[in-house]
Amino acid sequence: MKHDKIERNVGILIILTMLAISAGGLVEIVPLFFIKETVEKVDGVRPYSPLELRGRDIYIREGCYLCHSQMIRPFRDEALRYGHYSLAAESKYDHPFQWGSKRTGPDLARVGGKYSNDWQTQHLTAPRSLVPQSVMPNYPWLSKTELDYSDIQGRMKALRVTGVPYSTSKAEFDKNVKEFGEDTAKNLHIPDAEKNLIAQAQVGNYDTNPDKLTEMDALVSYLQLLGTMVDFRKYDDDYFAKFR
Amino acid sequence: MSQDNKKVTTETTGHVWDEDLQELNNPLPRWWIWGFYITFAFALIYWLFYPAWPIANTYTKGVPGLNNVTYVATKVDGTQETKTTHWNMRSKLMVEMNELHKEQKPYFDKVAGKSFEDVSKDAELMQFVNSAGKTLFSDNCAPCHQAGGQGKVKFAPNLTDDYWQYGGTYENIQTTIVGGRHGVMPAFKAILSDAELTEVSHYVLSLSGEPHNAAAAKLGDAIFHGDKAGCYACHGVEAKGNIAMGSANLTDKIWLWPDVLGAKTPEAKLGEVKTLIYGGMDKGVMPVWETRLKPEQIKLLTVYVHDSLGGGK
Repeated sequence: MKHDKIERNVGILIILTMLAISAGGLVEIVPLFFIKETVEKVDGVRPYSPLELRGRDIYIREGCYLCHSQMIRPFRDEALRYGHYSLAAESKYDHPFQWGSKRTGPDLARVGGKYSNDWQTQHLTAPRSLVPQSVMPNYPWLSKTELDYSDIQGRMKALRVTGVPYSTSKAEFDKNVKEFGEDTAKNLHIPDAEKNLIAQAQVGNYDTNPDKLTEMDALVSYLQLLGTMVDFRKYDDDYFAKFR
Repeated sequence: MSQDNKKVTTETTGHVWDEDLQELNNPLPRWWIWGFYITFAFALIYWLFYPAWPIANTYTKGVPGLNNVTYVATKVDGTQETKTTHWNMRSKLMVEMNELHKEQKPYFDKVAGKSFEDVSKDAELMQFVNSAGKTLFSDNCAPCHQAGGQGKVKFAPNLTDDYWQYGGTYENIQTTIVGGRHGVMPAFKAILSDAELTEVSHYVLSLSGEPHNAAAAKLGDAIFHGDKAGCYACHGVEAKGNIAMGSANLTDKIWLWPDVLGAKTPEAKLGEVKTLIYGGMDKGVMPVWETRLKPEQIKLLTVYVHDSLGGGK
């Protein structure tokens, strides 16, 4: 086909341009959905409970991802500082995922359990009171603002559309019991979301203030979960190399 | 300009706009063309050496044997195995960690194999403990206990003094790091009246020679040792604390939860103590470290905290 013909016919130009651009995307992205090794087979990964999900949404709302990544790369320095490299499987229920390489603050992929709830609460409220050299902003409103969980079922239903196995029916619930165990399956049942959210906040007391259910409760419950779902002591130290 | 354009003899694309505006059809520079061809050659060679093309539900892993990675893997049961695979980042990390391990292993083996006391006496080994310990401490412990281990009032205890709530021997410190701690004091707001809270606070202040009202302290003494409040059950009859449960020694000048030393006036000091007894405390949480650190790292940290920060018993 002559240049002249393409350049003088906008319709053909658009179609050919789109074909040229999508070829790259098709070759690079589509195969990942079919390659078996993309998402590693590993025990322990589960969707977020209602409280943790609400915490994740606050994490995104406050823009934590602008300074903190959640992706430990397979490098020696990162292994020494942060722990085992992140697996694709560990964020398979994250929509959107929190990978990245922008690290004004440290990577948070394995921050769960590293500090006490009290530390997290105090640090989020006034970071420099604990880490003098920190450049992190203060987030004092988190422990003052009561958590709005009125739309928690809607949030879970939205994730359901993307394939996260939150259950609505008895059959789906039973399927989750099989896959995740009964305790987790209960937390994934959408009709009980509010009840489960309140119960977890009361037992966990994440913001160290038992009288109030705040946004801090939700955010700290999320942070304390990060990177703790997989027990790497159960695997040979090169087990996950075979997936690459 | 239009005059000049008419003189052009180079081939044009044949388009003409606005009567005489034409587009030259010069060939691309030769260096650019060659650069373009070289990228093709580079890609071909790359496919031979590295994982590249997706095929059905797997992908090419380079020509077998051309670019292999060999490393030593440690299995769950502790045995080791040498493995060779195609080039990939995760196997490359294994090689890097093997190299690090080779450098550090002799020292870590010594730390793991010797008793705490023998590690402490070995000057050369202590150099390793100091430098490796400082890194581990900065990353894991300093966020609460602060950079030099000086602690923080109302948050985390000072590790450089010679007072240890849960005991300051090597074994005590190791136990603390391995399993974490959870210090709790119950609230007395429902048990003691406001007057009684004030009296027992005066008594607590009197134990370490802080300003107090002697008459009130005497009444507080009775409350402290009485069964209604039962303070002595945790803090001891002599109020010197109990390392088995981490209850504080109230007779020394060290204060963690009420900021008595930071309070300027006697009223403020009393307020600090009274507030704590009134509301209790459920914040003395130290995380569990055995899931995050290896046993030899914990042992090294124990020696670092005990010897290098000072104050160990």
